[in-house]
Order: sequence, then C-alpha cells, then structure tokens
Amino acid sequence: MPRRFALAYAASVIALAAAGAVAVTAAVLKVIGASPWTTFAVIVTGPLQDVFGVTEILVRAVPLILVALGVAISFRSGILNIGAEGQILVGILCTTAVALRLPGLPHYALVPLSLGAGAVGGALWGGIAGVLRARFDVNEILSTVMLNYIAAQLYTFVLRGPMIDPAELMTGSGTPQSMRLARGAWLDRLVPGSRLHTGLLLALALAALVWVLLWRTTLGFRMRAAGAGSKAARYAGIHVERSLVVAMLFAGGFAGLAGGVEVLGVHHRAIEAISSGYGFAAIVVALFGGLHPAGIVPSAIFFGQLLVGADMTQRSAGVPANMVLVLQGAIILAIVSARMYLNNPYARQRAASALARLGLGRAAPAEEAGP
Amino acid sequence: MNAGRMAYDILSLGVPFSVALLLAALGEMFNQRAGVFNLGCEGIMAMGAYLGFLPAYLARSGSLGPWANLLGFALAAAAGVLLALLFALVTVTFRAPQGIAGIGLQMLGVGVAGTLFRHFIGGVTGVEGVAAWPVPVLSRIPLLGGILFNHNPVVYAAFLAVPASWYLLYRTPWGLRVRAVGTHPRAADTMGIHVNRVRYQALMLGGAMGGLGGAYLSLCQAKMFADDLVAGRGFIAVALVYFGRWSPWGIMGGALLFSLAQAFQLAIQVGGIRFPYEFAVMLPYALVIVVLAVARSRTLGPTALGKPFNREMRV
Repeated sequence: MPRRFALAYAASVIALAAAGAVAVTAAVLKVIGASPWTTFAVIVTGPLQDVFGVTEILVRAVPLILVALGVAISFRSGILNIGAEGQILVGILCTTAVALRLPGLPHYALVPLSLGAGAVGGALWGGIAGVLRARFDVNEILSTVMLNYIAAQLYTFVLRGPMIDPAELMTGSGTPQSMRLARGAWLDRLVPGSRLHTGLLLALALAALVWVLLWRTTLGFRMRAAGAGSKAARYAGIHVERSLVVAMLFAGGFAGLAGGVEVLGVHHRAIEAISSGYGFAAIVVALFGGLHPAGIVPSAIFFGQLLVGADMTQRSAGVPANMVLVLQGAIILAIVSARMYLNNPYARQRAASALARLGLGRAAPAEEAGP
Repeated sequence: MNAGRMAYDILSLGVPFSVALLLAALGEMFNQRAGVFNLGCEGIMAMGAYLGFLPAYLARSGSLGPWANLLGFALAAAAGVLLALLFALVTVTFRAPQGIAGIGLQMLGVGVAGTLFRHFIGGVTGVEGVAAWPVPVLSRIPLLGGILFNHNPVVYAAFLAVPASWYLLYRTPWGLRVRAVGTHPRAADTMGIHVNRVRYQALMLGGAMGGLGGAYLSLCQAKMFADDLVAGRGFIAVALVYFGRWSPWGIMGGALLFSLAQAFQLAIQVGGIRFPYEFAVMLPYALVIVVLAVARSRTLGPTALGKPFNREMRV
C-alpha cells in the first residue's frame, strides 16, 4: 500500500477520533447552556495570556508527567494500574511525615529523604495490587480501584487525627490539614513570582530514565515482554509474576513521588483534595502520549493546559469543573477506538478500496494483509 | 443496645442496601457472560442515579406523584442503554481493549452526571423518593416480615429479577446465545449466531439494569443526589460478578454479604461503639479485595471474556 495513503489514512482516523471526543463534550456543554466555542476558546487561549498562566500549566504538568510515567510502565508490563490516585495520597502522607519529623535537616538532605519516603510509600501501596495479581490472580483494575477508596479514607483519617495541625485544634476550626512544613523542605522556585518549582526538572530527568529503563535494560525488556505476551515470555524463561510486581512497584513509586513533589513544591503541607484527580488524568496523559516518555511529556503539558483552562472556564463562564472528566473520558474512548483502526490492516485496505470505488484514488494493490 | 436488636437492624437494613448492587451486578453478569467486561458500570450507575433523581426533584410540588419516580426509572434505564451502546460501539465494533475503555466510560458517565447536577441542581436536595410498601399479610410475620417484606416495591422487583435472570440465561434461546458468544464466539459464529449483535443486546440489557441500580440509589436508598453518591458501587458490582461465579444466585449472595457489611458499619456508628469512622467506611472496599483473593476465578468464567471477536482474523 502506498506510504502516502497509509499516512493520510492514519491522519484521518486520528482526526475523526478527535472530532468524536470534541463532539461529545460540545454536546454536554450545549445541554448546560454554555457555548462550546467560547469554552474551548477560553481553554486554549486563556492560560497563555501571561507568564503566570504558562507556569501554571507546567505546575500541573509535573505531577501528570510523573504519574503517567508510572502508568506507562505498568500498562506496558501488562498490568493496568488505575490506583494512582490512592498511591499519590499515600506518597503525600509519607513525604509529609518525614518532612515534619526531621525539620532540622539541611535542605539538600531533607528534600531527597522525604521525597524518597513518598516514593517508597506509594510503591508499597501499589505493590499490594501487584502481589494480589501475581499471587492470587486478583484483577488489578478492581483491586486498585478499591485501594483508591481505602487510601482516601486513610488520608482523611490521618489528616483529621494524628497529623492535624495543632493550630487547627487550638482555634477549633478543625480543618483537616497538616502543619506547614519547614522552609528547608520546600522545593526551590524556578520562576520568581510563580509556583513553578524544581520538580519539573526532576520529572524531565525521570522521563529520560524511564526510557532507558524500558528500552535499554534487561529488566525493562523483561517487563515489556511479559506485557506483550505473557505465555511467550514465560516460555522464554521470564518470571512473569515477578515482573508484574516490579511494574506495580514502579507505578506506585512514581505516583507516590508525584504526591511528595506536589506537597514540597506547591502546597508545603498536606491538605484535603490535594490530588484533584491527577491519578485518573494521568491515565489519559499516558495513553495520549503513546505510553512513551517522549510522548508523555508533551501530552502532560497539553493536559496541564486543559486543567488550567478548565479552571478558568469555571470562573469566567460558570462551566462546572467536572467538565474535564467528560472530556478526559471521551478522549480515552476516542484513543482506544482509533488505535484499533490504526493497527488493523483490513480496515485500511477497506478504506482504500472504498475510495477507489468512489473514483477518488487508485485502487490499492491487492496486498496480503493480516497476521 | 442489645445484640438481638442490633442484628435485626443490620438484617433489615442490609436487604434494601443490596438492591443497587444486585441490579447492577446482574446486568454486568449478562455483559460478562457475552464476553464483554464492562468496567464503565460505575459511570452508567452515576448517570442513572442523576436522571432517576431529576423528575422527582423537578416535581417536588407534588402533582406528578408516583409518575415522577416511574419516569425517573425509565430515564435511568434509557441513559444506561445509551451509554452501553456507546461502550458496545467502542469495544464490540471497534474492538478496543475493554479495561481501558471501561475506565473511559466511567469517567464520562461520572463527569456528565456531575456536570449536569452542578448546573441544574447545584446543592444537595432531598426528595420524597419511593415509599415503603409492606406486603400484606407477609409483613406481619414476626421478625422475618420486617426483614424481608417491609420495603419499597423496587426491592421485591430486584429480588424477583434473580430467578428471572437465571431463567433468561439458562432456559431461553437468547440466554444460550449469550453464553455461546461468551464462551466460544467462533463456534457460535459458525452456527449462524450473530456474535456482535448478541453482545450489543447483552450490553444494552446490562446498561439498563445498571441505570436502574443507580436510580435506586438516588430514589429509594439515599433519597438525594450527590457527586459521589455511587462511591465505587459500580466497581463493586463488577467484583461481585467474579465473586458470584457468573451465576445469579451467587451474585445475590455476594450483594447481600456486602450490604450486610455496610449495614454493620452503620449499626456500629449508630450504636455508639467507638471506632474511627474512616475505618468503618473502608470495610466494604477491603472486603471486596479479600473476597476477590479468596474466590479465585478458576475455569468457570466465560472463556472469551475480554476478547473482542473478529471474524476476519485467523486465531
């Protein structure tokens, strides 16, 4: 089949999928009486008006990159981690606990130590689902979703009880949040006057490392092989169960680290509703980025803009923030549908012959397609 | 409070609590028996809960009476069918991976329900909902009457749906077709069964039941709507199908087990037993994980579960 046709075919499938996702979202916007055109315009141009808006996009992109890297590792290893939301919360608790306990440490020791604690906490929380899948054959989607609800309750419990800011108890307001962290634990700002912090550099460095891990190490090869075909991998002597657990440890570790970075870089204390759906958004980011670090970084920036823009439409046009969820859901459905058409040689051939019948192009040469 | 009274309270609360799970899980059973794993159940239930609630909310002045509730259930079922059709398009026609597509449908359903709720209703408002209708004679049996026969009519209907589902699945030609396309779609195809059509039908039935389960939550159980009303029940329903080994009676047992755990948690709080509230709420979710680990799906499941069917591909 001519290469040009294949490209045109891929482009039109992607365009159709994007149009489908936008149409679903626009329909919902219409129902609530908002103008889809204005809403999309605010989302696209709103955050780009000033430097602060641009830095905010990157602030949102940092946790998205980190979590999506973990999601990509797990999806490529054949285990679907939906539990990032819970792993983020556990990471926040561990990072905050260490940073609160050791306020006297110098900056260069305290930051890595507390971030490391967050990563370990998230990894262990994710590892539960990995062991359950490897040992007891428990569907990981269900177990990670349940662990999300459990983590959310655990988080509230800790913030209301053991970790609550004593000042909240004294004033009697009882807001569930931790004490403000010592300055030594804060991540440095990259742009003065903004909230953009050095977590961005960490996320970019880790994106490169994940590429090395997956495509340049034996461990990464084993994980990808186990994900691509567990039977063949097992036949080749790869310990598939172990690789599932390792993949979940990585996935949870990245999510936990994202939680820690969010605390040290943005909020400087553990508060309620800190994650605001990063765990689910990151699944969309990872899929949109083709489960590849080089795709995830731009994809995270794109969705960071979407999140900032959605906040703006809520303020300016009164469009509820849940709208982001609608768009994300529609995008997931569009991506998974389009992927099948991109990978199916028959579908491409059918499109070519349909075009030929309409007299719009030369008939594709009868080519043996298929497995 | 004495233990007997507490046990009675738990049992008589647990039965109505199980209905939303039961309806959704029976629907999911038909999906999975046909070979499609619908994780979007949570989103379908959220839409069902919102649309079921809407007519009753709009008709609070009272003139519509019971018709508002009926209309709500009809809307919820219709929305469930619509979302299921979307899911069928993506997973059956486009043959997309079902796990990820299900997460997409869940986000879409929860997002749309939340958006519409924020826009049209805004805050948490209660409705009268569906009133209890004690079964004549039977409800006066001591103890048992209160536990089994003193509920709203939807409860009775849901429990009647259990034998009905069994009959539909095991004693009708359609049920045989559903089981065939979920077990060996290629053989079914050879026998002239339209695999994808049967899968569409099973998904639509499952969607309608998921929508009804959601409407039950808002109209009969909570008698209000909130963003997080469904709170993972859609996922629990999916887990119950595994736990109940894809059989209606097993699913009923599972649904009762979970609702009893939930009623137990409420009884503990009401009974003033000192136990952190958050841990009590965790209980049913933790139970799901334990149950999934213990009830390992052996070879009983539909063998083609999760596998899209493609006539064109040699396997």
